[in-house]
Amino acid sequence: MAVGKLTFTKAEREKLAEFLWLLNWISVLTGAILFGLGLFLKVEIQKRQEVMLEQGILYVPHMLITTGLVACAINFLGGKICLDCTDTNKFLRWKMVMMPYVVCTLVFTACVLAGAVMCYSISSQLEEALFLGLRNAMRYYKDTDTPGRCYLKKTLDLLQIQFQCCGNSGYRDWFQVQWVSSRYLDMNNSSVRDRLRSNVDRKYLMDGVPFSCCSTASPRPCIQQRLSDRSAHFNFDRQSQQLNLWRRGCRSALMEHYTQILQSIGLTVLLIWLFELLVLTGVRYLQTAMENVIRLGDPDSESEGWILENSLAETARSNFNIIKNLGKCYQGDDDDPNINIPSAATERELPSRCAHIPETS
Amino acid sequence: MLLKIKFSQQRRVHLAQGLWLLSWMAVMWGVIIFCLGVYLKTELLRRAEVMDNTEIHVVPNILMMVGLASIGTNWVASRACQDSLDATRFPRWKVFLLAWFAVAAVLCCLLIAVVVLSYALQGSLEESLKVGLRNGIRFYKDTDVPGRCFQKETIDRLQMEFRCCGNSNFKDWFEVQWVNNRYLDFTSKDVKDRIRSNVDGRYLLDGVPFSCCNPASPRPCLQLQLTDNSAHYNYEYQSEELNLYSRGCRQALTDYFMELMNSTGPGVLSVVLIQLSVCLSLRYLQTAVEGAMALEDPEGDSEGYLLEKGVKETIEDLKANALKMLKFGQVDPNAAEGSSEAADAEKAEKTASPTPAS
Repeated sequence: MAVGKLTFTKAEREKLAEFLWLLNWISVLTGAILFGLGLFLKVEIQKRQEVMLEQGILYVPHMLITTGLVACAINFLGGKICLDCTDTNKFLRWKMVMMPYVVCTLVFTACVLAGAVMCYSISSQLEEALFLGLRNAMRYYKDTDTPGRCYLKKTLDLLQIQFQCCGNSGYRDWFQVQWVSSRYLDMNNSSVRDRLRSNVDRKYLMDGVPFSCCSTASPRPCIQQRLSDRSAHFNFDRQSQQLNLWRRGCRSALMEHYTQILQSIGLTVLLIWLFELLVLTGVRYLQTAMENVIRLGDPDSESEGWILENSLAETARSNFNIIKNLGKCYQGDDDDPNINIPSAATERELPSRCAHIPETS
Repeated sequence: MLLKIKFSQQRRVHLAQGLWLLSWMAVMWGVIIFCLGVYLKTELLRRAEVMDNTEIHVVPNILMMVGLASIGTNWVASRACQDSLDATRFPRWKVFLLAWFAVAAVLCCLLIAVVVLSYALQGSLEESLKVGLRNGIRFYKDTDVPGRCFQKETIDRLQMEFRCCGNSNFKDWFEVQWVNNRYLDFTSKDVKDRIRSNVDGRYLLDGVPFSCCNPASPRPCLQLQLTDNSAHYNYEYQSEELNLYSRGCRQALTDYFMELMNSTGPGVLSVVLIQLSVCLSLRYLQTAVEGAMALEDPEGDSEGYLLEKGVKETIEDLKANALKMLKFGQVDPNAAEGSSEAADAEKAEKTASPTPAS
């Protein structure tokens, strides 16, 4: 009992083939869109690579890019095949290719779905990467004379200004790193020496933040130093404190930015997947209908098309048996004396059984 | 005749088709010019808070007007050349086309005027920015005064976006009080000294707001006590270049707007060229088709020209026509007076002549 059986007249087959030709060309376009989306995501991630420890996030855009290219290629071929399916004679050319083509389409449709799911699932990995990247950037903020790290100050300042954020989780993260380079510290000054001695690692820690944390919405000129001591500044009330610096941490600001991008890309990829599923179903029906026409011998007659010839359970069982027997085929030539040497009759049967099995799919 | 060209029926048809395509291209360019005008206007409006007057707005206004007018004009031209090959419909375009040529000439002149204006108004733009920025810096501290409370945020964002500081340079901040009195402790000695140090009793510092800080500087930003070398370790006021933005905001904004307007220059000039070619082609088409309609065989060869007579004669003809139209109201009374005077003179002669005889 077949799954999803439908009957097709000659006219219906031709219409289906033409319709699928059009859908395949639209699929080439959606494949290009997929490629473009993957490229865009890759560029966006690499733009902020200085504050992101990679940790393999790039496999998502790479997956989208390869799937997009494969989609374009397969659907281009599919367009040609479907166009030829309108004529039974031309279809004979493609008879051997049809099954592999359907299998490939199934595989890459699954890849598209995997890509969409990945877009939604990498957020925890992304957060981890941003946390570590920002922590390193803040640690190396002062190293403007070390090659390889000299751009981190400018990068972090511009990031904080653009995303209106300060520090990793908040502005207090700056209190725990030395962000003033030792070149600009007067070691003869007693207050500097006191600060250096006040902690184990001899770091110059202060309760101050860089200028890029300053909020433009504050009504008073920015207060950057001695932030923990409210009495050190005149009229520094609660409200002034709230408005003085950017309240958000850069990690959550960047997460929000990337989550928006990933969600919209994920939604688009899901829609593309649904479309591809439609194309796959149509192609499967066309393949089975054309094969049945050839089997019946009369090109003008009605034929049946289906998704699976037998029910799901039977198809699974028969495929499993194929794989088992293929394995047995390869072991049949062993010269192990412990195995019963088969008689001539069974020997003749075995190879023919191995040869028959692929035809029943 | 000026610049005669012979046109066969085939050539007339090709000319009409080519002109139709050209006029639709001109419509597209008109749309582009309109969009350029809109973009320029929005950019100017975005920075309206630091500009004192709106003289410079004449450039985008003219661009938008000309864009719309050229869309309409060239659409009319395309309709005219669609009708040109139909002998029954073309004659009613005759008077209309004269008006069309006048309008097209005006449009070309306006476009050239825009290009000239965009260079000529640079001085006015700089003046406007100078006054606007000076006010912005003066009212920077007035975040509690309605009508001026936005100046701090505007100036801060402007300095960060355009990477500039102050009006001509960062020293402009030394001359204004940019810290509000609400945040000054008037019991502190330092504050009292500073206020007493100048005539107007203002709290002046040798410091700048945080938005002047340059992120490319290798050291954390130094904002206060800038002229005092001893206040900061390893710091020299004269040679420190990267600490703050060195450009003034007036210069930065002027450069930005001049670049924007100059980039529209090539677009505008190409529109002028296209409009002129549409004009010329339409004139040739008009004269060729009219010539063909006047022949016995409308499918035969005809001549197309730009002007029927030479340039000087055409100008004199136009002058005479214009004068005639102006004097149209006065011609009849003069003629009537003249004829009655002549009749009186005749009568006087007649009465005079018999007397010697009698």
